[in-house]
Amino acid sequence: MAEFRTSRRGLIKAGLAGLSGVALAGCGKIASQDWVTNILDGTNELTYRVQRAILGEHAMAREYAESDISPHFKPNGSTDPSDPAYKAMAADGFKDWKLEVGGLVDHPFQISLAELRAMPSRTQITRHDCVEGWSCIGKWTGVPLGLILDRAGVKDEARYVLFRCADTMDDGALDGPTRFYGTIDLVAARHPQTILAYDMNGAPLQVPYGAPLRVRVERQLGYKSTKYIMKIELVDSYADEGEGKGGYWEDNGYDWYAGI
Amino acid sequence: MAFKDKPAGGRLVKRHSVVVRVTHWITFVCLAVLLMSGLQIFNAHPALYIGQTSTFDHPVFAIDAREVGDQSQGYVALFGHSVTTTGVLGVSNVDGQPTERAFPSWITLPAYQDLGTGRKWHFLFAWILVLNGLVYLIWGFASRHFARDIVPDRDDLAHTGEAIVEHVKLRFPHGEAARRYNVLQKLAYFGVIFIALPLIVLAGWTMSPGLDAAFPQLVAVFGGRQTARTIHFIVAFSLVGFFIVHVVMVLLTGVFNNMRSMITGRFDLGAGKAGEVTHG
Repeated sequence: MAEFRTSRRGLIKAGLAGLSGVALAGCGKIASQDWVTNILDGTNELTYRVQRAILGEHAMAREYAESDISPHFKPNGSTDPSDPAYKAMAADGFKDWKLEVGGLVDHPFQISLAELRAMPSRTQITRHDCVEGWSCIGKWTGVPLGLILDRAGVKDEARYVLFRCADTMDDGALDGPTRFYGTIDLVAARHPQTILAYDMNGAPLQVPYGAPLRVRVERQLGYKSTKYIMKIELVDSYADEGEGKGGYWEDNGYDWYAGI
Repeated sequence: MAFKDKPAGGRLVKRHSVVVRVTHWITFVCLAVLLMSGLQIFNAHPALYIGQTSTFDHPVFAIDAREVGDQSQGYVALFGHSVTTTGVLGVSNVDGQPTERAFPSWITLPAYQDLGTGRKWHFLFAWILVLNGLVYLIWGFASRHFARDIVPDRDDLAHTGEAIVEHVKLRFPHGEAARRYNVLQKLAYFGVIFIALPLIVLAGWTMSPGLDAAFPQLVAVFGGRQTARTIHFIVAFSLVGFFIVHVVMVLLTGVFNNMRSMITGRFDLGAGKAGEVTHG
């Protein structure tokens, strides 16, 4: 009996080891096939369409109370851009910084931080969900992106808002650093809670959180809330930017739609 | 029409309908991929919290690594109490090198650290699990499969104690009594179908900032996104526990007969192999 049990256990163990070995080798092989990549990317498209249908344009992300604000908000992505021009601007409190708005618009313009602060603003206490799984709550104040788009006059053929940023990634790479960028569609851009934030928790935005200006896209994960914004460009496609996936993180494997 | 048919020659009866068999195996594949890709996702931030936000210094559960001398030591911590787990959790070998990672590479999908790809696999199979589950649920109610086969009746429940004693003695129903699920099977399957799987799906949805905006009740019911994430993790391992017991029971009560019934639908009432083995 004891012998029988041992051999059965041995058999099961060997079987499981074999199965997991086959599964792993199989997965590695399967995952590199083009059609699998297409299905995996298609899943994000499906999630995007279904969530948009359920969400509509106006469903609001939950807003929290002052007492819910996280005592320590973990900064994500780059936290201290190494770009010399950015460092110089940061050193004098972004006095000479100007946001550039252009691309497929009727009236391209530039706007300083002081002028942005003089525009109508929205303050919201929201939860920031990182793709890694953690969440923090912070209070953000800024100009609704929709107001900036209205002022510029978005042309009919524009489909995405492209943010060009001051921070660079992969600074040590052989082909040089990569300039951070990100895109959102016009539904996300015109959502009432999508703001260009210059204040966090009642004080000017600090460098780790994207000073002088970041966007808040509250119905998606944190990596869509692009920091260190220098230029806003309206585009009809993001295929020619970077690797063509719609953003730095997307070029590095994250899904473009981050509502999940 | 499970359980109803007359034996088709010998003591073979038709046990599982085609819907049960197909959805069963699709669910199995989905849960396997979801577990492995889920552990990949967990590895990106291997700590769990209660509430809306992450209290980084005080996770309720964490898998991490610490320096002891010049060695990296893996550990698992529950409410701050830690157990060393080097080799499996916290620190494990990747290509022969001790590497700091929560779950080891042999159980994650993909094997190497890649959150983006792990998420893609997870969501693809989450979609399949949910759609497949809907087919099964709709069919199960419409065909009265749940009422007839899964939901225990008063008579079943009255024999729960007896059934536990019999199971502990490894004596399992055979012959006519094996034609239907016994009360412990019904309770286990009921728990998986109506509690564990719906709960893990809802907790998963609660982690989606998009769905939270559409259905604010989700976060309210779970008491916070981080609580939902913790529940998602606990239910995942409850399902692993169910799977282990399920497989052991399949082995103990006749692996050939059970596998045949879940593949072809035919089950041999008279096999009685379990009794012979366990009494021997």
